[in-house]
Amino acid sequence: MSLLDLRLRSGYLFLALMFGHVILISAQVNSRRGVPVLESVTFGVFSEVQRGTSSGVSVFRRIWNGYFGLRGAHLENERLKAQLADTLVELQQQRAQADKTRGLERLLELRDRANLRTTAAEIIASGASPEFRTISIDKGQRDGVARDMAVIAPAGVVGRVVTPGGRNAKVQLLIDRNAAAGALIERSRAQGVAVGTGEAHLRLDYVSEVADVVVGDVVVSSGIDGIYPKGFVIGKVTTVEKSGGAYRSIAIAPAVDFSSLEHVLVVLTPTPLQEAEAAGDGATETSQ
Amino acid sequence: MKVVGLVLATALALAIQTAIGRFLGNTIGVDLILVVVVYAALSSGPVTGLILGTIAGIAQDATSTGNIIGVGGLAKTVVGFLAGVVGTQFIVAHPLPRFVAFFAASLLHGALFLGTYVVLGMRDVGAPFARLAVQGLGNAVIGLLVFKIAESLPGAEDSRMRR
Repeated sequence: MSLLDLRLRSGYLFLALMFGHVILISAQVNSRRGVPVLESVTFGVFSEVQRGTSSGVSVFRRIWNGYFGLRGAHLENERLKAQLADTLVELQQQRAQADKTRGLERLLELRDRANLRTTAAEIIASGASPEFRTISIDKGQRDGVARDMAVIAPAGVVGRVVTPGGRNAKVQLLIDRNAAAGALIERSRAQGVAVGTGEAHLRLDYVSEVADVVVGDVVVSSGIDGIYPKGFVIGKVTTVEKSGGAYRSIAIAPAVDFSSLEHVLVVLTPTPLQEAEAAGDGATETSQ
Repeated sequence: MKVVGLVLATALALAIQTAIGRFLGNTIGVDLILVVVVYAALSSGPVTGLILGTIAGIAQDATSTGNIIGVGGLAKTVVGFLAGVVGTQFIVAHPLPRFVAFFAASLLHGALFLGTYVVLGMRDVGAPFARLAVQGLGNAVIGLLVFKIAESLPGAEDSRMRR
């Protein structure tokens, strides 16, 4: 036993001395990178310890964040969902506002271009009866809107005011079966009357059989009806057929997409006919 | 007393070694300090061998020019320890085993010493086998002489009997 103990002790002593020698040598020798071997080995050993410690800490953090840290995740999730919903609503509002602004910009541009006194109006409702193609706008007599005033949009002619109210008005669309407007072919200046059909298209009546009209011609208002100002686009010719009589049968695709209208301009500037009528009324009243 | 004797013997060996080296340069083929270490290990055991090997080796490194302190100490510690183990496990009372022990210890020492430098990339040792063999023979002969002298000293027989 004592011999074994002695051997063990000498073994330990041997190992200790060897270790001491290695350290002593390492302290004097530089590695290939110019760093003392002792420093390099020490750093290498401790860096491994640090790496192991770091890995352990990372694993612990992952476990903690992945499991224990999820205690508050549900509440945070709910809060974020609510925040997201609010943001989406706000986004939609912003988008709607942007659309509205773009529409108003187009109207403003049209107003400047037309050099007419107009008032912008928002469409607040469409007609209740499918037999009559009408819309309601949010401007009425208080805003200077009167019967038979033209209603236009950036794309072209929309219709006319048929029933002005105090703060709103009913507008008969040009596609209504009872609507009509003086029209002419922009290219050839051939005249006719654009008539609503109650459908999505218009009809151009009273165009001479010999008039120069082809598919694709642009049809604009002629102004002779005393309602619509001259030169506003009504639509494009889609079909031209011979009816066998003195006039051609012509179909027009409206320039305005009535299904997507949101804002319009009501033309407050009276046409010469309206002015004449007004003057006539005034003369009558004066004579009376 | 024995420790003092070993320390004095080491100091004497170191002095002689440096003196011989001073006059004869590197042509000398013996390592007297190694001889003392191996003698101490064979006669006193592994603990004595490794402690004396450590002290003597470091002292030799410290007094040598250009040596890394610790390389010789490491080699002599290993050799001293193993020689001590051999001394306790085998009978090395006769000249031939002692000669073999000294010779083998010298070869081992040379291999460790030069091998450490090679591992550290600090010395090109070339082909040292012949030199190591000559040094081993020289060390073995001197070792036998050391044993002879030590055993001829007064009280050496009693000391051996006590062991």
